[in-house]
Amino acid sequence: MPIARELPDVAVKLAQADRRRSSFTRLVFVVMAKDLRAELRTKEAVNASLAFAVVILVLFNFAFDLDDAATRMIIGGLLWLVFAFAGTLVLNRSFARELPNDCLDALVAAPVSGATLFLGKALANYVLVLAVELVSLPVFGILYNVWFPFGQMIIILALGTWALTVIGTVFSALTVNIRLREVMLPMLTYPMLVPALMGAMVLTAQLAAGTSIWGESATWLKVLTGFDVLYTAAALALVETVLVG
Amino acid sequence: MTAVTVDGVWKFYGDYPALRDVRLDAEAGTCLALIGRNGAGKTTLLRTIAGFAKPGKGAIRIFGQEPRETETRRHIGVIGHGIAVYDELSAYENLTLYARLYGLLDPRRAALEWLEQTGLERVRDGLVREFSRGMRQRLAVARAFLHNPSVLLLDEPFTALDDRAIAVLQRLLREALANGKTVIMSTHQLREALELSSHVALLNRGAVAFHGACTAEMVADPGWVYARYGD
Repeated sequence: MPIARELPDVAVKLAQADRRRSSFTRLVFVVMAKDLRAELRTKEAVNASLAFAVVILVLFNFAFDLDDAATRMIIGGLLWLVFAFAGTLVLNRSFARELPNDCLDALVAAPVSGATLFLGKALANYVLVLAVELVSLPVFGILYNVWFPFGQMIIILALGTWALTVIGTVFSALTVNIRLREVMLPMLTYPMLVPALMGAMVLTAQLAAGTSIWGESATWLKVLTGFDVLYTAAALALVETVLVG
Repeated sequence: MTAVTVDGVWKFYGDYPALRDVRLDAEAGTCLALIGRNGAGKTTLLRTIAGFAKPGKGAIRIFGQEPRETETRRHIGVIGHGIAVYDELSAYENLTLYARLYGLLDPRRAALEWLEQTGLERVRDGLVREFSRGMRQRLAVARAFLHNPSVLLLDEPFTALDDRAIAVLQRLLREALANGKTVIMSTHQLREALELSSHVALLNRGAVAFHGACTAEMVADPGWVYARYGD
């Protein structure tokens, strides 16, 4: 009898948990869609980021007169520095977009968790930064005469970009009310990002040299994945404090 | 039934106490006007009640719950200094966004209903950045009332409103009070505020100098409270 009495409770609790999960996912997509729609209307961050990425790629091409072997050695570093610099322009706008009209107050007042807001914003940033990278990559290939196996490069891009996005979105929230946020965001983001950037750079260089990312450099792939998981969990746990104090 | 309780709240900016042992409460269905000079702590108090900032000491309760609890936030509507709508989105998109965030069952219908209530249905698809100031303010009012909140926290709600927006807001506030909602508003426009208010609290340098029922002499002479209890 006690088991029979508990069963409906378990079913109710499971249904409630299921509802909470679907509500969380739905709200994350609501926030993400809002940010993407606002950005696509103005194209402020994407245009600036893309233009910046292309200009740096061209300047690097003029600055370094490299033979094939030297190019393959530094290719990972060049590419990911460009992505990190250009990505910061997108990330800077993430929470700054909420400042006009005090929209951040209305978001914080809404009955959604800080984790929901963070994840929605991080996903929107991820889509935008990834889009900039996917447009810049062929430009990079043409300028430096390097081509990557598409499937493996996508894996590195996906993992490296998420690392950049997670750290950048947290610091975008943390620096939103600081006057020098455009300077503070990269100053805080890049040092934290070093392990992930190193992983992405090594893996990209290996790929350019014709080595599979599943071989010797698989450790870096694990580092990159671990970094993503760890920092995503930490960000989700801390963001409420960052937003409300 | 007590809707909002402020129990010995202190709020510090660095070492400076912006709120000093503030004790207030507001019963359901009443309107409390927070008055005081610039820098008296009205906005800080409203922001703390709304859950935008945590008190340094003391506690805030809304229907007995913490303001930051998700369920409590469903019952709070806020109009702050900013209009809190996105310039890059249309009026309709803004309202459906907030309706979704508040978990309303039919966000589109709620948005259309409030666009009509605030006289913005003809410009529903216009981007907010193209709106006049009055239209933006009416949209902000629609955004705050959209989820039928039980507690309305309004920071200088009549400041810079055009006549039409003032009329819309006054009508909505009267309806809300008639329906048992609780309103707490900070204001310098004493005449408009005291017409609606059942209670008044005067803040002076972060502390409550007076808290009591709004009397006929206050309505007749809005400066009376300042003269009697202010500096």
